[in-house]
Amino acid sequence: MTPVQRTVTKTLLALVAMVGFTIALVPLYDVFCQVTGLNGRAASQPQAFASGEVDESRYVTVQFITRKGSGLPWRLEALDSQIRVHPGQAYEVDFVFSNYGKSAYRGRAVPSVSPGEASLYLRKVTCFCFQEQRLEAGERVQLPLVFQLSHDLPESVHTVTLAYTLYPVLDRPAASDDETISQGGDA
Amino acid sequence: MAPKLPLKARLEHSENVAGGTAVQDHDAHHSSGPLRWLLTTNHKEIGTLYLIFSLTMFLIGGAMALVIRLELFQPGLQLVRPEFFNQMTTMHGLIMVFGAVMPGFVGLANWMVPLQIGAPDMALPRLNNFSFWLLPVAFLLLLSTLLMPGGGPNFGWTFYAPLSTTYAPPSTTFFILAMHMAGISSILGAINIIATILNLRAPGMRLMDMTLFVWTWLITAFLLIAVMPVLAGVITMMLLDINFGTSFFNAAGGGDPVLFQHLFWFFGHPEVYIMILPAFGIISVIVPAFARKPLFGYASMVYATASIAILSFLVWAHHMFSVGLPLIAELFFMYTTMLIAVPTGVKVFNWIATLFRGSITFETPMLFALAFIVLFTIGGFSGLMLAIAPADFQYHDTYFVVAHFHYVLVPGAVFSIMAAVYYWLPKWTGHYPDECLGRWHFWLSVIGVNLLFFPMHFAGLAGMPRRIPDYALQFADFNMASSIGGFLFGFSQLLFVWVVIKCVRGGVTAPAKAWDGATDLEWSVPSPAPLHTFETPPDLRRVAG
Repeated sequence: MTPVQRTVTKTLLALVAMVGFTIALVPLYDVFCQVTGLNGRAASQPQAFASGEVDESRYVTVQFITRKGSGLPWRLEALDSQIRVHPGQAYEVDFVFSNYGKSAYRGRAVPSVSPGEASLYLRKVTCFCFQEQRLEAGERVQLPLVFQLSHDLPESVHTVTLAYTLYPVLDRPAASDDETISQGGDA
Repeated sequence: MAPKLPLKARLEHSENVAGGTAVQDHDAHHSSGPLRWLLTTNHKEIGTLYLIFSLTMFLIGGAMALVIRLELFQPGLQLVRPEFFNQMTTMHGLIMVFGAVMPGFVGLANWMVPLQIGAPDMALPRLNNFSFWLLPVAFLLLLSTLLMPGGGPNFGWTFYAPLSTTYAPPSTTFFILAMHMAGISSILGAINIIATILNLRAPGMRLMDMTLFVWTWLITAFLLIAVMPVLAGVITMMLLDINFGTSFFNAAGGGDPVLFQHLFWFFGHPEVYIMILPAFGIISVIVPAFARKPLFGYASMVYATASIAILSFLVWAHHMFSVGLPLIAELFFMYTTMLIAVPTGVKVFNWIATLFRGSITFETPMLFALAFIVLFTIGGFSGLMLAIAPADFQYHDTYFVVAHFHYVLVPGAVFSIMAAVYYWLPKWTGHYPDECLGRWHFWLSVIGVNLLFFPMHFAGLAGMPRRIPDYALQFADFNMASSIGGFLFGFSQLLFVWVVIKCVRGGVTAPAKAWDGATDLEWSVPSPAPLHTFETPPDLRRVAG
């Protein structure tokens, strides 16, 4: 190998390494978000209750926000838009899905928690967001969310906002959705 | 430290080259006719092609900027529809970044790196030809999207998902292909430059003997190798999201639009330095030549450049302070960003120290270089203001950001390319550029550029958002001033085109060493530089002892 060929081989190896690194960044980002709670990505699986005493002395406000992505004639409402909770205690909040369109649609509510760090302490036992919903034209469904803020929630958190965004589930091979349409959540 | 090369050896060498028979031999089998420019593998011809391409793109991107400025001359919608306005801002950014500034620097590297290291050509001449000819194809494709149904890219040059995926026009797939081609061109060019600099230096030229222009390009080429694959990865993920139903950036399918921003800026911030490091190199070559003093702090310049390059990988999220990062991340990226001001400050200090007590003359290249130092520093300071995370929540996506990055890119990168063109035109053409017209061009440009971009600081601080075709009435005066400056700056570039054409056709004949204080190796070959130079490498080995 001439020196030029050696240099080119090395730069090409660096190039391939950077391509590999870029591809690896996608799963690494997911892992990073799960570990740190970055971006308030809530778990997509039901979680068990964290045992531990209820902190009666402390109140945290939990707000529920719902919004709708384009392309889905649905409405999503939380029956209580805001509740005050004790960390460690389990609560149930009901959400109403209504389809005001002229035909049946499938949709999914994608959760997001802010502040992001609180997502590590929000444990959802039952949630409609673990699976997709199918609503006939004009149908109205009431679905529960059962959650708990674990008692080790940092002292600095006084308000947790849980936002649900409705997205249509398109009728394409739902390959990428396999993991999210999981069992659990008795909705 | 860079010991200057013994002058005598160089002059002897230049005579050898000029009278050498090898030159004639090579010229004889050089193809002529219509395919000559298509098939050329000569680094000087390819450098010229790159520079012409860059100038063409600069004028096209500039015309788009004038459409933007014309629309913003007054509040209200007068000239273009908002959809078209968005295409103009997007295409202006893409063309200036990937079509004008980057190819401009690559063209200068093609011309000057072999001449400055005493190499006969680039290490991989055929690859060099390929990497150039990818560019016109890529940008014709990109420009053609403007004529497609739904229009061209309209999501900003940062093409954030989901604007560039879910809500993008159908032509986005062509945009992705064009970006892939431009990216491949950059990667191949970078490999070529690294291979040339590391292997083809004249005997006796150590790494720390190289000019700063060669050094900054070496480091830039490594940055390109590192981040262009990230860009390729991001746009490939966009392609998959748009056409193959994946959900990398689609929240509905379990993806995350914020991931796009992380990936984009992991490419995007080093990209910013790709567009400014070669400029630092050019200024570090021109300032000593016209101050008639060796560059102050050569070694610290090299280390500062390397530090900036390394730090550029640790600051990407300062573009994303307002997406909802944890406090610790905001602090980390704020401090790393401010840290970059240190090596940059070293550079500015060194330039000023080089000027200190020099016997300075103010020819056109020096005027542009001095304007670079002053105006780039203004852009650097507004960058520091933006680096303050709590303050950035106010500045984010306002005209203050527009003012900042235009100050570092226009009187920064673009002025440095113009300084380089004025500085090396005597070497390229054998004629001095018209000094009088050059000064007119300089003063119109420097007044125009400040009138254009300085009021944007105020508009931005007062809250004017970027990327809007219409604005609230209180911004009217700032925008009118900006538009007048924009037209002044834009049309004075026609003067630049005229100066270059005039210089190619004739003018005062330049000697081999065209500038009094110029000491680098390229000034040892005749002006205009013959097609083949340094066929026998100049021997720069020091005499023992």
